[in-house]
Amino acid sequence: MKASGFPYVLPMLLLSVAFFATPLAVLVGFSFIGPDGPSLHNYARFLGDAFNYRVLVNTATLGLQTIASTTLLGIPIALFYWHSGKTARQVIIFLTLIPMLTSNVVRTFAWIVILGRQGPISETFVALGLAERPFTLMSTELGLVLAMCQIDLPLIILPLIAILSRTPVQFTEAAQVSGAGPWRILVTVLLPMMLPGLLAGWILVFASTSASFVTQAVIGGARNVYVPQLIYREVGTLFDWPMASAIAVVLLLSTGILLVAMTMISRHRRLVGHA
Amino acid sequence: MHSPRENPFPVFLYRAFVFGFGGLSLIYLVAPIVIAITMSFTAGQTLKYPPEGFSLRWYEALLDPVRSGTEHIAAGNSLKIAALAVLGSLLFAVPATIGMARMRRSTVNALEPFLLAPLVLPSLVYGLAALIVANFVGFQPSLWLTVIGHVVVFGPLMYRAASVVAQGINPSLAEASTVMGATWYTTLRRVILPLLAPGILAGAFLVFIQSLDNVSVSLFLADAQTTVLPLRMFALIEESLDVRVAAMSGILIGLTLVVMLVARRVLAPSRQA
Repeated sequence: MKASGFPYVLPMLLLSVAFFATPLAVLVGFSFIGPDGPSLHNYARFLGDAFNYRVLVNTATLGLQTIASTTLLGIPIALFYWHSGKTARQVIIFLTLIPMLTSNVVRTFAWIVILGRQGPISETFVALGLAERPFTLMSTELGLVLAMCQIDLPLIILPLIAILSRTPVQFTEAAQVSGAGPWRILVTVLLPMMLPGLLAGWILVFASTSASFVTQAVIGGARNVYVPQLIYREVGTLFDWPMASAIAVVLLLSTGILLVAMTMISRHRRLVGHA
Repeated sequence: MHSPRENPFPVFLYRAFVFGFGGLSLIYLVAPIVIAITMSFTAGQTLKYPPEGFSLRWYEALLDPVRSGTEHIAAGNSLKIAALAVLGSLLFAVPATIGMARMRRSTVNALEPFLLAPLVLPSLVYGLAALIVANFVGFQPSLWLTVIGHVVVFGPLMYRAASVVAQGINPSLAEASTVMGATWYTTLRRVILPLLAPGILAGAFLVFIQSLDNVSVSLFLADAQTTVLPLRMFALIEESLDVRVAAMSGILIGLTLVVMLVARRVLAPSRQA
């Protein structure tokens, strides 16, 4: 029986068309509804407003800050994995998976405890005499980046580990034998090898930061506003659906542009080396 | 010229970077989980950390049906939605996996991005789009609408987990079964599904966890009566920083750990052979 597989795929395809592609098309259509017929009114209003424009820039900045910090911490963890034996490797995977599979709201809650006035950071600073009185990092950009980085870190570690686990340890031996130091091996052999994983991770991290509504709302507070909250405000309190749609399309486009750029970079063979 | 190996300083610096900084990064990664668990056993009234004494009072408060009625309803709704989302993704994604395994590579490459697209799209945007269309067609937010939303957004997780396994299945196994005279149903039940089981289990686990945790889709598609657990926790955090949230976190982390250990048992490659 070499039956065609198409009938099996059909239900999921129909589901995707009816409940995924169609709503998105409608969303895009909605975003062009102006007060007098189809227009770019919503986009003009959104991008013309100085506050909204700042929110958009803040969101992009937050995404880039999260990408930078997860990369800075993710690479040494991946290298720790690379230089470890079988058991230690399994422990590292386990330690990465626990936070990743723990609810986002739970992780956000943990950060409220950590960043608060009575939390461990503030208490330690006071105990060491580095701060005169207890302080809170809630509603600050620093606090938010600290939280977002921890929440998104597994997204960058796992693609890196996936690459390293497929690579035999002998891979760096040639470089070692020819006398290259560890930093040189890192820059010329390991990092180019990990680049596709970094790209995959960056896409995931950026997509995640542009959707982490709860963390941004709770830890960012009222003073730090990001695009997801703006969308929710238009829907939930202002009931301006066309405007919400336009903001959503802008969010989608900015994520999409990054996605395409990353894919193009990863296909550029000279940058990725031999991958 | 001397080789860098003769100079121990860069080597020391590298080790400090990998094992020192890398180790600290691992602690930073896991510490919030440990803090959330230990916080839940506090005897105090506030989120002061380190906790003031040890007690189970917040777990008691959380399990008390009178004091935490709303939370129980929310947990019930979330579990129901997650179970239905798993069922839905079984019905849609598993057949798709089986079908794709029978198609030409070029066709699969053309169709797959379309099926996986919901994974890349910010789900908040999808929630809004689904709300607009549902309202257009005349549906109000409800539990069922939320379930459909979750199947659309998380079904691809099931597809991806199962198709990783499906790619490794030798097609001649199914052929052998057919040649021996088995009907397609018998082949499906006795050959294909048992081979796919580890992928389906992994997929079910992922869909369940993600659905239980989802805020951005439920925010738009659930009605006022269908409070879900993460949104209830969000509300508790925003309103009063109720310490019961710590107990809820403790239970959710415990649940994740248990399921992870079970999944490891079931999915460990050494045990499949």
